[in-house]
Amino acid sequence: MKNRRTVNVEEKAVDADKPEAWDTMGRPVNPRRSEVRLGREVQARIGQQLRAMYEDFVRQGVPQHIEALVRRLTEQDDGTA
Amino acid sequence: MKLDPAIRDQVLATVPSLRAFAISLCGNIDRADDLVQETMLRALAHIDSFEPGTNMPAWLFTILRNLFRSEYRKRRREVEDPDGRYAETLKSHPEQTGRVEFAEFRAALARLPSDQREALILVGASGFSYEDAATICGCAVGTIKSRVNRARTRLADLLAIDSVDDFGPDRATRAVLAGGGRN
Repeated sequence: MKNRRTVNVEEKAVDADKPEAWDTMGRPVNPRRSEVRLGREVQARIGQQLRAMYEDFVRQGVPQHIEALVRRLTEQDDGTA
Repeated sequence: MKLDPAIRDQVLATVPSLRAFAISLCGNIDRADDLVQETMLRALAHIDSFEPGTNMPAWLFTILRNLFRSEYRKRRREVEDPDGRYAETLKSHPEQTGRVEFAEFRAALARLPSDQREALILVGASGFSYEDAATICGCAVGTIKSRVNRARTRLADLLAIDSVDDFGPDRATRAVLAGGGRN
């Protein structure tokens, strides 16, 4: 256990949190609090993915046939307005 | 009908997000475009019921959402679609819905009950307030909040299987695990 491998922990901004207590196995002494934080990390990731997916669709803009349809429907003067 | 170009431009400006909502709801670009087209037809036919100055996106999203709901109910009656089958379709044909990198997330999204899915998308991606989302879905604000919460919890469960490393509990535990003599 002395000879630990380096672990890539970039982007894990856990330092921003208040220090927590750990037992000798590295487990949080107060697991409930850790669960809460884990939940937040998961939720943040889900939110990012959801927005990224959605923005990907938004960037596709207005399909040509739909724009044409809207313009045709709103520019013709057929007496319905 | 002749329509105030400003109103028409508001409609067109909403289409990209409206279409993103439709794709996120039904998971299929062709179906989504049909839904958007149907929404345009319906909205422009009833444009008099839109009050200028009120929330155009919310009005259009309400129409699309109701169209999707009635179509969904019809399909459910016609073909009993076993849970998960739709998600499998998304996994095997990600090209139907866009970029491959979101395929897994979309598959998980598709496995949510549709009322939870729509609430999560409206609040978490379309940028509506809980109040607007409640208006769009025709339910109470508290109902939207609880649907969004349940959707997030369920998504976390569905995605956790492949994300254990990403979501590792903390660096201390990770360091211990990594140095713990595995391999």
